Parts: sequence; C-alpha cells; structure tokens
Amino acid sequence: MITIIDYGMGNLLSIENAFRYFGAKVKITGNSKEIERAKKLVFPGVGNFGKAIENLKRRKIDLAIKKAVQKGIPFLGICLGLQLLFERSEEAPGAKGLSILKGKNLKFKKVKIPQIGWNQLRVQRKSKILKGIKNNEFVYFMHSFFVEPADKKTVTVLTNYGKDFCSAVESKNIFGVQFHPEKSGKVGLKILKNFIKI
Amino acid sequence: MLAKRIIPCLDCDLAIPGGRVVKGIKFKKIRYAGLPWKLAERYYKEGADEIVFLDITASAERRTTMVEVVKKTCQKVFIPITVGGGIRSVEDAQRLFRAGADKISINTAAIQNPKLVKKLSKTFGSQAVVVAIDAKSRGNWFECSIYGGRKFTGVDAILWAKKVAELGAGEILLTSMDRDGTKEGFDLELTKRISKSVFIPVIASGGAGKKEHFLEAFTKGKADATLAASLFHFREIKISELKRYLKEKVINVR
Repeated sequence: MITIIDYGMGNLLSIENAFRYFGAKVKITGNSKEIERAKKLVFPGVGNFGKAIENLKRRKIDLAIKKAVQKGIPFLGICLGLQLLFERSEEAPGAKGLSILKGKNLKFKKVKIPQIGWNQLRVQRKSKILKGIKNNEFVYFMHSFFVEPADKKTVTVLTNYGKDFCSAVESKNIFGVQFHPEKSGKVGLKILKNFIKI
Repeated sequence: MLAKRIIPCLDCDLAIPGGRVVKGIKFKKIRYAGLPWKLAERYYKEGADEIVFLDITASAERRTTMVEVVKKTCQKVFIPITVGGGIRSVEDAQRLFRAGADKISINTAAIQNPKLVKKLSKTFGSQAVVVAIDAKSRGNWFECSIYGGRKFTGVDAILWAKKVAELGAGEILLTSMDRDGTKEGFDLELTKRISKSVFIPVIASGGAGKKEHFLEAFTKGKADATLAASLFHFREIKISELKRYLKEKVINVR
C-alpha cells in the first residue's frame, strides 16, 4: 500500500493514476495518524514553500512525516515535496522546512523562470529508484527553486539549467526528485515502478 | 539542457456528448478529428511533450464535460496537460486541477480582470498559469483579441505580455491570428518580439504547415515551445518524424 500525503497542495490524481497504472494499491490521506502508520509514503506538492509548511503544521502532518521517516519506511518527495524536506527556501525566508535533511532551496538566476519543460538527467551515483534509467534521459520539470543539500553525497542526479542543480537525492530510506515522474512519460513511470518495488 | 517542446492542441467542442476535437481555421471551427482523450493518448505515444485542451464550446454544460475529458485522459496519458477556454475564477481552475490538469490557460478573463492572473499564480503557483494571447498584426503593433478572436481590445500584445509576466503568469501561449490555419508558418516577428520582452517561456502557435516552420520558430522566433493542431490531427506530420528532423538540425528535443 502506497500512501500519498494530501495537504491541499496540488494535483494528486495524476500521481495516483501513475501508481494505479502498475496495479499498486494507493491511499490518499491528510490524516496524520494514517500518515504515521504508512508502509510507504509519497509526498507530492506544487506551490509555495511557506504556505505548504503552514498547511502541514495546521494538519499536524509535519510531525507524522518525521515519525514515519524515522521508522525507515521508503519515502518519496516530489517537487515541492522534495524541497520541503530541507531546512529553508529563498521562496519563503523565515519559514522553517521539515529539516529532515540539511540544506536549503535556492532560486534560479539568469534563466527563464519557472523552468518548464523536459530536461536531462545526469546520474551521479547509484540509487534504487533510478534502476534502468540511462544518462541524458528526459523528465518533466516545472519549478523556480531547487535544493542544495549540505551533504553532497546524497545528490544522485544533476541537471543543467543555466547551471548544474540537484534534481534527485537519496539518503537512507528517503528519496526525492525535483521533476514530476508522474508527468515524465515512460522514464517517469519506470522511476515510480522502482519505488513500488523497494 | 532544457528541450524545445512540441505540443499538439486539441480544440474541443463539448456540446456533443463526450466531446469532440474540432479544427478551427482562422478562428472558425469546422472538421471533426476525434475523441479528445483518444487523440491525446495517440499523441502521448507518438512523443508529444504536452497536451493542450482548448474548450471552444459556448454553452453552460461545458465545465463538467471538460472535467470528464481531463479525468479520462489522465488515466493513460503521463505528460502534462493544459486546459483553456472559459476559465473565469479560482474555482473554475481548481475543478480542472482536481481532475488532473497541470496548467490552466486564460485569455479573456485575464484581459477583463488582470488581478485573476495574480490570484491564480498565488494559489496554484506560476508554473500552473498560462496566459494565452491571440494577437493580430496592425502594421507596426499587435492587438490582443478575446472571446476566441471575436472581439478586439485595443491592448498591445507586447505590453500585455510584459504585464502578465509581472502578474505571475508562468508561460505565454502566443497565437498569431493572421497565421492561424494558413499553414504559412509561425509569425516569427511576433514570436521573437514577445519572447525577447519577457523572461518566461513562450509557446508559439498558429500557422505551422511544414517541419521547417517549427525549426524557424525555435531558431528565428526564439520560441521555447511550438503548438499545432490540424497538422498533427490529420497526420500530415507525425510528431516522431518532426522530432527526428529537429534533432538533425541540432535542436534539443526529447
């Protein structure tokens, strides 16, 4: 059973459809107890960093996520869901992220913002969710901010947009992708399938 | 490197149960081209980078029908979906996002109420808000039209593009009314001028007739993406072939 966290930020139907495409059982919930008990968590999201943190706190989902992650269950953050795992963001100075991973989110400079479209993956090191993914394959991005993890060893993929930025991370049981695997055709589906199999 | 995108546009008449894709020429609809979600699935498999659904129905039932179209499409199509036509409020947009849309596109409502652009981008993020500009050449300037090309506004397209970018639009879907349906090529002058005026992606639309037109929209027009309809619907050009051609011409495509 894959639990998708619903905190009022974005399109959950697409991610649900993508998992269902492989016959996976999916539950969408904003209930903190259910999130805490989940066997596998997906944390999606688009929108504003500060607003998202507010929503998570109000629904007590922030603590539930932390507890679940501590248990070692596979956890996948997507887009804003990846960014929120870190400590802060230039998008909402003063707002404190979940701080499960150390580092911050920065805004792109000197390029068109948001980055919208298909960009390439340059795999830096092995990651369970990247099994079968070749270098330079395209995935779909739509974002203005990107993560800069303090621990560079957690960076599994780099992508270039004006400069190299971190487009995927792995740290123990925690996986995160800046792109949208549910919108990235076959390549994205493969990544989600890998996550199902973990 | 970020790829240049190829986007098929599906103009949908939702007055027919289930909806039908229609093709307009110079902003007047004719010819039927199939069921929206079926066509979308075909394009997904052929390598389209995104799908745009444009609701051109002028009736009250349209809202629920488009929601159904999007829902059905999303079950099998795993690329971004943009929906435009008749969206006038945050609630209208919300309904479509809940159905699985990734972006919404607005034109008439934006010109009549520019604050809506700001409201939508604040609520859903800039990346989810596309402002469509239907522009007609007036010699040395371009005029914006609304209501699917039926009404002119006196608004200068370049100034308007800058304004919506400031208001938080994430992309501009730029259609040349002079070229739409003509197959004479994109309006490169218009595309270049808009693209150089804003710091958000610009999708060029209207006038594609052959592969070379797409190439020049990217090279000369400085477009970030190109959009076409009937050319793809009636298989005059296959998306996969078009991409092969563009790759040969060293355009970065998926």
